[in-house]
Amino acid sequence: MLDLRKPFLPVTPGTQPEYLHPPYVSSLIRAPQQPLIVVPQTLSELSGPVFGHGAIATFDNDLTRQHAGDPLGERIIVHGRVLDEDDRPVPGALVEVWQANSAGRYRHKIDQHAAPLDPNFSGAGRFLTDDQGYYRFTSIKPGAYPWGNHPNAWRPAHIHFSLFGAGLLTRLVTQMYFPGDPLLPFDPIYNCINDDQAKQRMISKFDLDATIPDTALAFRYDIILRGRDATPMEDHK
Amino acid sequence: MKYPATASQTVGPYFRIGLSYLDSSALCTEAAPGRHITLSGQIFDANGAPVPDAQLELWQADDQGRFAGYDPAESGVVSEGFAGFARVAVDERGAFKFHTVYPGSVATLDGTAQAPHIVVMLSMRGILKHLYTRIYFAEDPRNTEDLVLSSVPAERRKTLFAQLIPESAHEYLWNIRLQGADETVFFQY
Repeated sequence: MLDLRKPFLPVTPGTQPEYLHPPYVSSLIRAPQQPLIVVPQTLSELSGPVFGHGAIATFDNDLTRQHAGDPLGERIIVHGRVLDEDDRPVPGALVEVWQANSAGRYRHKIDQHAAPLDPNFSGAGRFLTDDQGYYRFTSIKPGAYPWGNHPNAWRPAHIHFSLFGAGLLTRLVTQMYFPGDPLLPFDPIYNCINDDQAKQRMISKFDLDATIPDTALAFRYDIILRGRDATPMEDHK
Repeated sequence: MKYPATASQTVGPYFRIGLSYLDSSALCTEAAPGRHITLSGQIFDANGAPVPDAQLELWQADDQGRFAGYDPAESGVVSEGFAGFARVAVDERGAFKFHTVYPGSVATLDGTAQAPHIVVMLSMRGILKHLYTRIYFAEDPRNTEDLVLSSVPAERRKTLFAQLIPESAHEYLWNIRLQGADETVFFQY
């Protein structure tokens, strides 16, 4: 069994965004200005909620079948593994996803983008990883959309992912992007870090082998959660 | 290490469509043993304006200091009716409110007792990764011995203290200020 007294590894410098990222304009009034206070990890953070299948309903892993008709757009399979930083699978992780429809519109009251809503697409799903950390869901390729960050700002197509792993310190919310998207170089959110490899890992890979002929394209997206130290905390003294 | 953890990205403005299904206004049922309390507050940005698109995820021990899920000391045994987790969205005034029991004391890894607290993970549009903070209870005498509180400059500790609302025995107030003179303390682990 995993030793819960083992702390989580320190964050690798340069691979996670800072709170204040001036090109992302709303961070200017919302990012804390005082430095974060570094404190020891305790059981309060090493533990975390465990979610079971009770949180999941039929079709939560198929965003194309949540309504009477088929949604518009390119049908896609998104699949991959949730792993820790030592390449070990994270089983039973709750993964929550949400996204815009194929026209780039979210089913949300404050989204006023002049693109149509799709009555057959809600854009939200959730599922648990299996024993090998594997997940798979079906959706529609989301559209790009404009936003108010700067003149003529457009978000590249993306799917939001939220994950709970083995403890509070593995909590991750990220966005999955699509390969070859011409908007990526201009997006202040994707470009919030300088580490090129870390950025590339947010881009899914086209996966011909996982496509369903005549039915769906497929994209592979592996997600890495913060790992635990291999040495128990007592040995750090 | 093979690869470092995937980079965090903001929840953006539309996260409610994916996350609201798990909303709750309580970390336990009325049946849970312990002193039942309510916490409420508001979130403010640099201009003192309420933040209407944020969510709090709350995690705490039960009245005996035990965590749900798993806990090496207690094998995941917690009080009946106690979940210890809730996802709470703010309203258009940036306000939130939830119900729970007063947490028990949890030890640090070297065995020192910590003062009762609730861990808060705060997500919103405008920040690229969630923030960690803690709610402590202003009147608790154990605060003076707490390892985490003692790491915080004395003049900033008050930002972590929920205050009992005058004339009430069970309602606490705790606000979050993202910037400014009383900027809330946030932690890095």
